[in-house]
Amino acid sequence: MSHASLSDKRPGSSLRGATLPKWFPWATAAGSIVLGIGISAVAGLDSDIQWGLIAAILFVLGSYAIAAKVEGRRQAKDRVATSLVWVAFILAVVPLASLIWETVRRGVKVLDGYFLTHSMGIVGDKEPGGGIYHAIIGTLEQVGLAALISVPIGVLTAIYLVEYGRGKLAKAVTFFVDVMTGIPSIVAGLFILSLWIITFGMGYSGFAGSMALTILMLPVVVRSTEEMLKLVPNELREASLALGVPKWRTILKVVLPTSIGGITTGVMLAIARIAGETAPVLLLVWVTPLINTNPFSDPQASLPVYIYLQYANSGGAGAAYDRAWAAALVLIAFIMILNMAARGIARWKAPKTGR
Amino acid sequence: MAKRIDVSGLNAYYGSFLAIEDISMTVEPRSVTAFIGPSGCGKSTFLRTLNRMHEVTPGGRVEGKVMLDDENLYGAGIDPVSVRREVGMVFQRPNPFPTMSVYDNVAAGLKLNGKYKKSQLDDIVEKSLKGANLWNEVKDRLNKPGSGLSGGQQQRLCIARAIAVEPNVLLMDEPCSALDPISTLAIEDLIGELKERFTIVIVTHNMQQAARVSDRTAFFNLAAVGQPGKLIEIDDTERIFSNPSVQATEDYISGRFG
Ligand SMILES: Nc1ncnc2c1ncn2[C@@H]1O[C@H](COP(=O)(O)OP(=O)(O)OP(=O)(O)O)[C@@H](O)[C@H]1O
Ligand SMILES: [Mg+2]
Repeated sequence: MSHASLSDKRPGSSLRGATLPKWFPWATAAGSIVLGIGISAVAGLDSDIQWGLIAAILFVLGSYAIAAKVEGRRQAKDRVATSLVWVAFILAVVPLASLIWETVRRGVKVLDGYFLTHSMGIVGDKEPGGGIYHAIIGTLEQVGLAALISVPIGVLTAIYLVEYGRGKLAKAVTFFVDVMTGIPSIVAGLFILSLWIITFGMGYSGFAGSMALTILMLPVVVRSTEEMLKLVPNELREASLALGVPKWRTILKVVLPTSIGGITTGVMLAIARIAGETAPVLLLVWVTPLINTNPFSDPQASLPVYIYLQYANSGGAGAAYDRAWAAALVLIAFIMILNMAARGIARWKAPKTGR
Repeated sequence: MAKRIDVSGLNAYYGSFLAIEDISMTVEPRSVTAFIGPSGCGKSTFLRTLNRMHEVTPGGRVEGKVMLDDENLYGAGIDPVSVRREVGMVFQRPNPFPTMSVYDNVAAGLKLNGKYKKSQLDDIVEKSLKGANLWNEVKDRLNKPGSGLSGGQQQRLCIARAIAVEPNVLLMDEPCSALDPISTLAIEDLIGELKERFTIVIVTHNMQQAARVSDRTAFFNLAAVGQPGKLIEIDDTERIFSNPSVQATEDYISGRFG
């Protein structure tokens, strides 16, 4: 076999078949959308979802039929798989994009400096004005406390499981972490309620909420840290041990620095997950329209509960309704910032190749 | 500096599997001893028993005696961490610490073990890198990540890292198997220089390499898969490659076996 015969473009070569042009998928997509709209108009369907679905089905079937005719069955199947992936992608992105769009559109109405720096202390339920300052303070403190408790415990647990854990105790810990992962947030809330508030007779406080959030956050931190530690190659541990470095120092100076980016990402995502928890916070922190900066006594506000109450009071319109959306926008922005910070840290701390 | 290793009646297990059985040998100070033998006969396992790295593997267990001069490495009250400071190791695949610069990689053994003055460290890093024949190539990029070097440079970096802590013995497990012929030669030359100061044990699958670098050669073999590996013979390298006393050794070296 010489190279010449491979690059030979004679027709009928078994290596090349008929191919559809590059713009074929786009044309099919455009055609399906036009047809979809047309069919809905004729049939008198007026929902966006209906014509969207019709267009999606036409797109998949159309690509298959045309490709099967021109390119053959194998290529047609390939195109069907590709178009299914695209349809699934759009199905996933549309709700997400529309969620953000709706929140931004409705939220920006009252979102301004005043809204971010004032509480609801002197504002009636349905009156305009007021803000979320007290709720931001509450959420930051509750989530911050929960993170302060669960990050050290979670990371140490993961280190134990990956670096030391053998035998029964490790198995038991893994089992409990698994069980904790599955605890519904309301159950975590009820557990702390019965223990802390009913049995011990403590009052509502931000800290009580933090404890429930800790229960939710801890297994996530353990799990993600475990995964990151397992990714650290054993060779690095051995290299360090072979230099006569004790095991605990090896973990501290070699294993953790290598995985710190991933661990931070996991922690940030866990924080993002608990920041939106409503049920346990409502049970344990209760709510107040006033600014309470002390998380250890008396009810505090928080963003999720604020959103819920504003919406519940609004009857679907008016000042309270707008405040609910603005607070939702702030919560989403907070979580997005955390996510981006996590990505930034992961990239910044990732082991460098330097090439 | 360099110390004699005297092994007697050594068995090593992985869980209940006996990987090497009843090994006895002496490794002279300031010499290079090569381990050869078919894959799976326990060369790496034996090497790792010499600095107590074997027990790092889950289930790893050792019976017998390894004397370093007059101290039994497996005696009561011996701290494996101190053993590893005396007996350094270079692995088959270069494994520099990815989060550390070239400088920090070489200084790692000292930095991680205690406090050293910066000026003292500078000297040791330069000396070790020169000792590993790497100084000229990296002196302008000491603060760049160690994983940014080529494979051969990385391996010499690992050697520099191992000699920076001034061990008495240097164990090398197929240090050239991932390297090109030029890097291999560089490392072989290096081994020749290092044996002035250290006792060196090297595992290799390359007969010419064993013949080139070593003073003594040990041949390991195993009867069958699942059987423990054994030391067949150890002798002067010249003898092993010209006129070994065991037929199996000659078969293995000349490529006739089975
Ligand atoms: N971590 C381990 N757990 C269980 N058995 C192991 C482990 N490492 C090695 N073994 C077994 O021990 C025996 C000796 O392995 P070893 O790695 O020492 O061989 P080797 O001579 O270094 O081979 P090679 O030349 O391929 O590196 C083999 O049968 C191997 O399957
Ligand atoms: Mg080996």
